[in-house]
Amino acid sequence: MAVRRAEEMGGYGHSDFETEEVHVLAVDDSLVDRKVIERLLKNTSCKVTAVDSGRRALQFLGLDDDKEANGFNGLKVGLIITDYSMPRMTGYELLKSSVFREIPVVIMSSENIITRIDRCLEEGAEDFIVKPVKLSDVKRIIDYMTADFVGGGRRVINKRKLRDDSGDRSSLSPPYTIISIFIVNTGFSHQTSQNGKL
Amino acid sequence: MDRNPLRRQLQIMRKSFFDQGYLDEQFVQLEELQDEANPNFVEEVVTLYYRDSARLILSIEQALERKPFDFNKLDAHMHQFKGSSSSIGAKKVKAESTQFREYCKSRNREGCTRCFQQLKKEYATLRKKLEAYFQLARQAGPMETACRPK
Repeated sequence: MAVRRAEEMGGYGHSDFETEEVHVLAVDDSLVDRKVIERLLKNTSCKVTAVDSGRRALQFLGLDDDKEANGFNGLKVGLIITDYSMPRMTGYELLKSSVFREIPVVIMSSENIITRIDRCLEEGAEDFIVKPVKLSDVKRIIDYMTADFVGGGRRVINKRKLRDDSGDRSSLSPPYTIISIFIVNTGFSHQTSQNGKL
Repeated sequence: MDRNPLRRQLQIMRKSFFDQGYLDEQFVQLEELQDEANPNFVEEVVTLYYRDSARLILSIEQALERKPFDFNKLDAHMHQFKGSSSSIGAKKVKAESTQFREYCKSRNREGCTRCFQQLKKEYATLRKKLEAYFQLARQAGPMETACRPK
């Protein structure tokens, strides 16, 4: 994926989907699960980077303590999919980290615990997948995350908002003010791609 | 049924894994991710599983030798082992892992020790079967079309 120059980007004028590929950052401390999730995502035509910890996820996004927030990574991340139970930094802690306000986060867990699911969704997770992850789980998520573009609608990201029971997104307010280059370029917040299709 | 006798044997072997409860639906998920571009995907994942499992089994063994048992640590290791077993569809191994975790929760030393022996047996059996399966698959050669039973 080519590195985009700063002047090409800006607010809502730039699409992830011109390349027709979503770049997904997968986070899981399990070697086996990383391999599987990577294949599942590639099978749904995503570009994938798989890392083994929350710390490495932050590093990849150029957002760990050692770097400034504008450490732009040329490969824009459009979605983070993370395991819940990881040593040192759980998926929930990763989600809470404010840096992910503009990138949707999906949580995976082998444990189907209602309170855990609720907590993650309340904290702004896009979705929660119970492991083992199936192709249909991944397809469902990629499909509905990109569906807004087909109709030319603007993507509203469920971040830091309480989901109401119906999961009705029209009640959510618009995305946060964009303040850094990297965040601008995670552009789901954008209108149609060229032909209204992905 | 495939005309190739080796491939027929492979199909019979594979079916027995499901019929006898060694593997579950998740294994089929992995098979469906295998294609011409990734012709050995399932075996690659299973090989990673062996590597991961060896490490975890060793950690658990060492933890079971300590007195007193650190049940939280044992549970943590087994949580990982259960997870990867689940991801490849290792049904019996997963069931033993679940049982082990129950014993951890109830702080049952005897239960943990017994259960772990059983788990290692199931793991060894599965590994032997899968190794024979992939070896036969290599002998049988690539499939002309992906027409899997089940």
